Parts: sequence; C-alpha cells; structure tokens
Amino acid sequence: MIKFLRDFVQRMVDKLFSQKRHIKMGLYGPPNSGKTTLANRICKDWLGEKMGSVSNIPHETREVMIKEKIHIKHKNKELTFSLVDTPGIATKIDYEDFMKFKMSEKEAKSRAKEATKGVIDSIKWLDDMDCVVVVLDSTQNPYSQVNVTIIGNLAARDIPVLIAGNKVDLKKSNLKKIESAFPQYDVVGISAMNGKNMEEFYESLFRVIK
Amino acid sequence: MLKLQFVPYADIEHLDTSDRIDKLLGIVKGNKIVLMQGRLHPEEEGQLIQETMQQIEDSFRGIEICTIYPEEKNLQLLKRVKKEMVKYIIGNRDGITIIGPATIVREIKRDPNNMMLLTMHTTTPRTRNASKKTPSRLKKRR
Repeated sequence: MIKFLRDFVQRMVDKLFSQKRHIKMGLYGPPNSGKTTLANRICKDWLGEKMGSVSNIPHETREVMIKEKIHIKHKNKELTFSLVDTPGIATKIDYEDFMKFKMSEKEAKSRAKEATKGVIDSIKWLDDMDCVVVVLDSTQNPYSQVNVTIIGNLAARDIPVLIAGNKVDLKKSNLKKIESAFPQYDVVGISAMNGKNMEEFYESLFRVIK
Repeated sequence: MLKLQFVPYADIEHLDTSDRIDKLLGIVKGNKIVLMQGRLHPEEEGQLIQETMQQIEDSFRGIEICTIYPEEKNLQLLKRVKKEMVKYIIGNRDGITIIGPATIVREIKRDPNNMMLLTMHTTTPRTRNASKKTPSRLKKRR
C-alpha cells in the first residue's frame, strides 16, 4: 500500500514537472538522412562543439548519443533540452554493403552487428522521448515504410513531431513530396551541413514543443 | 522463381503481437514473399523491425516491407465513425502489406497509391550457360 502511494505521488510529481525539468528531444530517421549532421549543427550553434562523427557510409552512428542541457533562445523564447541522436532505423542490414566502402569482411560484419543493435536501441528509446525531429533526406522518396513506421509509432505514443527535410541545398531535393506524404505534420526544409534555414527550424521547434 | 504466400487477416487476428511477428518472419525466412491482408499496428511494425534485427545473420539480411491502404480523406463524420466501429469489431482489414526477404526483394518503391517491387537479379543455370555460350558462338561465325 505504502509502495503504491509512493509510486503514485512520484508519477504525479513527474507528470507535473517533467516538461520543465527534463525535455528529451530525439533525432530519428533512416540511415544517412543527416541526423548526426543536424545534431552537430544544433550543438555548434548553442554549445560551440560537435556531437558525433559523420560519414557517407550508412550506419555511422551505431549507438544512441546524448548531449545534456542544450539551451536555445529564439525571439524571446527559451528552451532547455537533452538532445538524443539515434542510429538510423532500417529493415535490412547487409554486411556486403559495407564492403563496397573498402572494409574487410571482418570489419563489415562487425559494423553490421553493431548496426542491428543500434536499430533495436533506437526503437526502444522512442518511449523516452518528449519530442522528436524526424530527419528525412529530401532527395529520397519519403514514402518508405521506415518513415511511415517511425511517424506512426510517434503518433501512437502521442509524441510531438517536427519533420526536417534535410539536404535542401542539393538539386534533387523535393520538399513538396515530403509535405504531401505527411500533410498533418510541420515540415521544415534545412541543410544541416551548411546551416541553411536553421532559423526557421528553431522557430518550428518552438511551435511544435510549445 | 518468386514464391508468394497470401496471409488472410483471419489467420493472424487471434494471435498476439509476438506470435504474429513469428508467423510472418517464419514465412519470409522460408524465402517467400508475404502478401498480408490488412496491416500491422505501428507498434507491431516497430517490434517486427526489432525482431528482424535480432535475427539477422549471413543467410538472412533483413526484410523489405511496404503497406498500401486506401486514404479516405473527406469522409463524412457518420461514415468515419461507422468505419472506426467496424475496425474495432472485426480488426483493420483495409489495405495490403507486402513483406519479403531482403535477399530476394531489393526494394519496394511506394508512391501514394502504387507499389513497385524490385527483385534481385537472379539467373537460372540454363540462362547462365546460355550467356557463357553466346560469345564463343559469335567467335566461330567471325
């Protein structure tokens, strides 16, 4: 009985203060969409330092990375959050794909093993998020099942979502396709690599988190 | 040769999530493409991906999955309520889900109402022999 009451009070306190105390903002998306590049851009903008390494090889981020207490200010609004950069979610991982990037078979198999664990962790972490930025490569077809599954899972958990259509600096970029694929969500076009449209990104972030 | 297996919704509706996933992955790991009536719940799709990742090995490199379902925009409120009630009672049987092994299905491209299934290039032994013979025949003619 005492344990029940203690848990109940703890849950109520957590519910009341959770938003102010500890907002966790996750970066989700398929591999190579630019999640870590965006994480680095946000960290550089507000902390002056990078978060993780980036590469053209898929599944470069294979572990969930967290940067605590990022404080951002935009037009008299302020927000403090922990940024959670997650490994890209995929439905298949083939070690032979890594060997195309001049990796040995042993290295490729090890990377594939780590990548599978990374995908599992990413999905597990969904339950801990208070807000998620889904990072999509705007040069790719947005109707992939991975994107639909990520966004469907966030909707099922009632987690606020902002879609960042990344790589808008590239010729093939098609932001309108993302907007028509997910009409019920805020979509902002950015280039995390060169910082294009980041002001609009932060503005959208405040709108989504409230 | 592509092998397709149709899974009617009635075959999975009584199963819990893990049994549904086991059943679907079992078929896919038998090198068949699943054509399932209806769709999984998003959380079940998430679990399907997790389970797939756990089972990845040299002979199983994962899955390609795609769901296509009718988008009913501009549906009247009464019809929408009726549809939701039917879904609640008999389950969500709308749409179709395709799941294939990544070693056979290279990609499933989806636009809002179209689906394109791209398979790996496979050559039968007969085709391989024919392609080997062709250059030598050409040489003789010359």
